Amino acid sequence: MIRFLIKGLLRDRSRSLFPVLMVSAGAFLTVFLYSFMKGMMDDLVNSNAKFDTGHVKITTRAYEEMADQTPNDLALLGVNSLLERLRSSEKNMVWTPRTRFGGLLDIPDERGETRAQGPVMGLGVDLFSPESQEKDILNLKNAVVRGRLPQKKNEILISEEFAQKLGVKIGEVATLIGSTMNGAMAIYNFKVSGTVRFGITAMDRGTIIADIKDVQYALDMEDGAGEIVGYSENMVYNDDAMLALTQRFNDKFLRDDDEFSPIMFSLSQQSGLREYLDLVDVFGGLIVLIFVVVMSIVLWNSGLINGLRRYGEIGVRLAMGEPKGSLYRWMIYESIIIGFIGSILGTVLGLAISYYLQYTGIDFGAMMQKSTMLISNVMRARVTGWSYVIGFVPGLVASVVGTMFAGIGIYKRQTSQLFKELEV
Amino acid sequence: MKKLILFILLISYSFLYGQEPSGRTILEKVDANYIAENRKVISTMIIKGRRSTRTLQAQSWIRGVNKAFTEYLSPPREKGVKMLKLGDKLWIYSPSTDRIIKIAGHMLKRSVMGSDLSYEDYMEDPKLSNMYNAELAREENINGRDCYVLELSAKKEGIAYYRRKMWVDKERFLPLKEELFAKSGKLLKRLVINEVFKVGKRWYPKKMVFKDVLKKGAGTEFIIDYIEFDVKIPEYIFSKASLRR
Repeated sequence: MIRFLIKGLLRDRSRSLFPVLMVSAGAFLTVFLYSFMKGMMDDLVNSNAKFDTGHVKITTRAYEEMADQTPNDLALLGVNSLLERLRSSEKNMVWTPRTRFGGLLDIPDERGETRAQGPVMGLGVDLFSPESQEKDILNLKNAVVRGRLPQKKNEILISEEFAQKLGVKIGEVATLIGSTMNGAMAIYNFKVSGTVRFGITAMDRGTIIADIKDVQYALDMEDGAGEIVGYSENMVYNDDAMLALTQRFNDKFLRDDDEFSPIMFSLSQQSGLREYLDLVDVFGGLIVLIFVVVMSIVLWNSGLINGLRRYGEIGVRLAMGEPKGSLYRWMIYESIIIGFIGSILGTVLGLAISYYLQYTGIDFGAMMQKSTMLISNVMRARVTGWSYVIGFVPGLVASVVGTMFAGIGIYKRQTSQLFKELEV
Repeated sequence: MKKLILFILLISYSFLYGQEPSGRTILEKVDANYIAENRKVISTMIIKGRRSTRTLQAQSWIRGVNKAFTEYLSPPREKGVKMLKLGDKLWIYSPSTDRIIKIAGHMLKRSVMGSDLSYEDYMEDPKLSNMYNAELAREENINGRDCYVLELSAKKEGIAYYRRKMWVDKERFLPLKEELFAKSGKLLKRLVINEVFKVGKRWYPKKMVFKDVLKKGAGTEFIIDYIEFDVKIPEYIFSKASLRR
């Protein structure tokens, strides 16, 4: 039966070509949009995890309330002992302290007067401890554009774009003017060892990376850090496991009567990322739904036109005694085959382009000059298991639903009128 | 006879009315208490933050309303930090970096050494009658002292505190309490003078507490340890070169 149907479809291209093209287009768009959006959101989550949220983050309750102002006066103290406890109790996690700070980066001339100055966001990370994985987590080795990674005390990395704007060269002194943990003015000399490009506009605009010990000294926060971030050893985020860890930690350490007691948040509990992730699922479903509805309407219309074109054929088959239900089912079988073939073609094309964009990506850097989101300028698609099957949902459903609507006309044909109609 | 009574009443009224000084007169008397040709001050600042208390000591040389030089004497981390104000310009010198940094723009709004005072406060023209129109609102008693309550409003735009409310001791012409407001009417800072002392002919605050009401913490206590008026200050003190000396 299937072979018979396929033969019919192949021999009568007007019955198959346009519907297949239509279904292919819909399946292609569904696969491509799903994969691209998945890639974009995964990138957003990964970038945030690497540079901001970690898989879990520990800070003080008071710091968290004003986190957007990087209030280092409310930072964690006793960081070394807390790190020791974490490393012994949660051995399958990588723990590292970080301090964010803001201020001005001032480049002096030969007389020590200001030559150039600009607002800067700083990140103090553990660059020198043998057990530290920060260089890999932040992908610093690959991000270096000029110079080298810091090797000595007081050496910093500065974002390439910012370095060019300030006209600062490798080896030059850069003075940080910020605030100490006590709120006093911090003035501290660093030496630029290299420039980096993160590929994230928000960071490339004006960021420095320094060793956390230098930052602690500069900001007068001995044994203090803005936050401790934790990553699962395999660097794969598992929301359930991280939520459980968060609960365990907070039960043990969080005290209601102390605003400076440590508190842990999982990635999904920070920066509204849970909402972003939920949004992706909603949008994914919405894309499929839109294509199902739109394609159903188009294929319905196509079926109606086809019905007119096959008016005679259907009439003859009814006149020869074929039951209306059987005819209706035949048309649905045809639509399943069309939907299946169209879905395969659309999915193959969608996957091909998605795979291509997974490796090359599209650079949106020029459009993100004012972006403050931690998302890569080069947006890439990401092909997942769902990418292989998601195109079949609108492809098959729309094709069948469209045909079901169009085929209703069969039941409106009056057998008594058939020969009269056929005479015409 | 009626004309005579009316005349006496008018004279009495104008006499009584004349006894109440105007807001401007009170403010000028306050300025006269504060402003001196030259003065040298050693002061202690106790900053009561949210988590800890820090004590800083500084020595300042001040000439008129436009020139000031401050050097921090302690604690060790802050020792040697110097600030120079020349007119509307302010520089800070950090000995650990050997850098002279000009404080301008939004940096002026930042806290001085983590205290409740901002660099903007430091830069403000200390002669209030230059910057504000004053109106005498009422009289109140504070800690047993009779005070004039002055409502001050800025004469021009761009002043850190658009409106001030000042409780001025009626006898000593020294403010005992001040509230500083933004243009929107929001209270920004509060100053309470807890102790005063007499230096020569003038009364001067000895202990005061500044409170930035937008910040958590118990405020900054400012204590005058030593003050000398009309001292000779060499001109080189008020130069950028002296920052590195």
